[in-house]
Amino acid sequence: MENVLFLACIEPDGSLGKTARETLAIARQAAAELGAEFCAGLIGEHCEPGSRTAAAAGCAALYLVEGSAFGISRYATDSAAAEAIARAARPTLVFAPAVSRVSRFIAGLAQRLNGRVDTQITGLAVHDGQLVVDRWFYRQRIEATLTRTTRPWLLTVAPGTMPAFDGDAAPTRVERIAVDLPESLQRTRVEGVQAPPGAGQTVRPDAELLFVAGAGWTKPQRDGQSHVEQAAQLILGFLDRTQASLGGSKSLVDVGGEGQPVLPFLTHLNQVGQTGATPRHPKGLATCCHGEEPHVVGWRFINERRAINLDPNCGWARGKADVLYVADAFAVMRKVNELLGG
Amino acid sequence: MSGYHVVVCGSVVPDPLHPLEPVTGPNGPELKNEMILPAVFDPWAAHALYEAAHLVQSVPGSRLWLVSIGPRAKLQQVMMTIGQKVVLQLVALDGPAGGFVDAAATAEALADAIAAIDGLDRARLVLCGGWASASRGAGAVLQMVGEHLGIVDQFQGVDELAVQPDGALRVVERADGGLNQVSLCAGPPVLLGWATGNRPEPPNNPQIGMQNMRGVMPALQKARPAQLGMDGLRYCCAQAPRRRRETRIVKDMPVDEIAREIVAWIRG
Repeated sequence: MENVLFLACIEPDGSLGKTARETLAIARQAAAELGAEFCAGLIGEHCEPGSRTAAAAGCAALYLVEGSAFGISRYATDSAAAEAIARAARPTLVFAPAVSRVSRFIAGLAQRLNGRVDTQITGLAVHDGQLVVDRWFYRQRIEATLTRTTRPWLLTVAPGTMPAFDGDAAPTRVERIAVDLPESLQRTRVEGVQAPPGAGQTVRPDAELLFVAGAGWTKPQRDGQSHVEQAAQLILGFLDRTQASLGGSKSLVDVGGEGQPVLPFLTHLNQVGQTGATPRHPKGLATCCHGEEPHVVGWRFINERRAINLDPNCGWARGKADVLYVADAFAVMRKVNELLGG
Repeated sequence: MSGYHVVVCGSVVPDPLHPLEPVTGPNGPELKNEMILPAVFDPWAAHALYEAAHLVQSVPGSRLWLVSIGPRAKLQQVMMTIGQKVVLQLVALDGPAGGFVDAAATAEALADAIAAIDGLDRARLVLCGGWASASRGAGAVLQMVGEHLGIVDQFQGVDELAVQPDGALRVVERADGGLNQVSLCAGPPVLLGWATGNRPEPPNNPQIGMQNMRGVMPALQKARPAQLGMDGLRYCCAQAPRRRRETRIVKDMPVDEIAREIVAWIRG
């Protein structure tokens, strides 16, 4: 019989984040379909109200590792805490959210438990009592369904895979686990989390719209001159009006290293594609970007896609966008900003 | 003795411009015509390699190894390019580099190869690689290698590394929502799963190429086979997404009208 463990790190306010609650919903569903035991393990400085949410999902037991040393994302302490939880809960299946904190240690945890790990799963099903999961390979270019017989099997769940679980109930059985932290596990001191210098907060994972700027914004225009300041005003003006999330193509993010004019607020954190992010937004608008495959693989989870480009034969025209406007993005975005108002 | 012993793990992946089609092979899915697909060095591992080379150049007494599992012919092809960019010592394993190979088996083979490096001082080890490959894309192998080697200071999505005057390492990692986490680590042994970093790709340098080839070709010739088992992993199916959008190409529409359409779409 399978034993399902939902494993997550608590947010600074003690709650479970959205991706964690989505994963909780998946773990709960898997446990129900497999007829498995279902428990939860939480790591954080304080685990209330997150533990109440997990309890509401029907966890039979809650394993908590709490304390100030566990309120930060640090491999040594997070992996020690997760290992202690796993040794107490003895799961055969572990579901954890594919957020950066968990992604830093989940494979190392699998190694410690002599288990196996599959990350960023996007779907799951139970066939003949056997769990099968979906995940993408080759940067979202091939999707595969797979299963494993090795246990424990650790899985991280990609954001947006399932609606988030919400609930509140008194935990039934709580086991607080003390984790010994020798000096050797505290050689790293986390100084904090910050926005990249000069970038501002332009990456907004929960935004309805992804706005992608391509290298064309910094290239010479019809008058033979580049107009980077104007481009920056138009882009920031649009982001301000729509609260869209800003993405960039690799070529635009890289131009700074080539000595060309740059948009100062674009960093590698904004980069979408083969060597960048694969964000999830309902809509995406690409501007001055050619829509070549290494970039467009980052659009796999963008549902509605529109693009503005001067080239009617660009990649977007070849079945990668729903609509391609063959037009000057400077002129179009200026008018769009006007219509959106201040 | 001073300086770091930097080991970079990285391998080959299909050229991202080339279409990929999965087929069923004897051990599960593989890529159609995999052996003749043009290959490149894995992009994030390449960033790790460039950052590692910069670290080695900056700190006297440091050394750099590249440990790579891949089909020997593919490794040789890619080393012709990579070997002209940074001075390195290659440790090659002749085995599969595809995305469908189990991460745990790959990690074990890499860890064994690293542990066997002659002259490697594990107390000075800076283990680097891409934070995820462009093939499996799981972000799993490097962590597992680190566990095999007993490294408990691990960082993923690293964009910046700075050696402090006291020898501590200041590491900037990617966090969710476009933010960075900044940490200070006391020093090696440490594991750095690099994202993009901040360094451009070094230009090809024929002198570096000549210097490397004296070591690279023998390393390739004596690359020992790496048998990577699937150990309970079974693929039910693998497919490339079939959906192709019916793109409406809008030409000769006035700018005002385009803008109105876009605004309506955003608000809709």
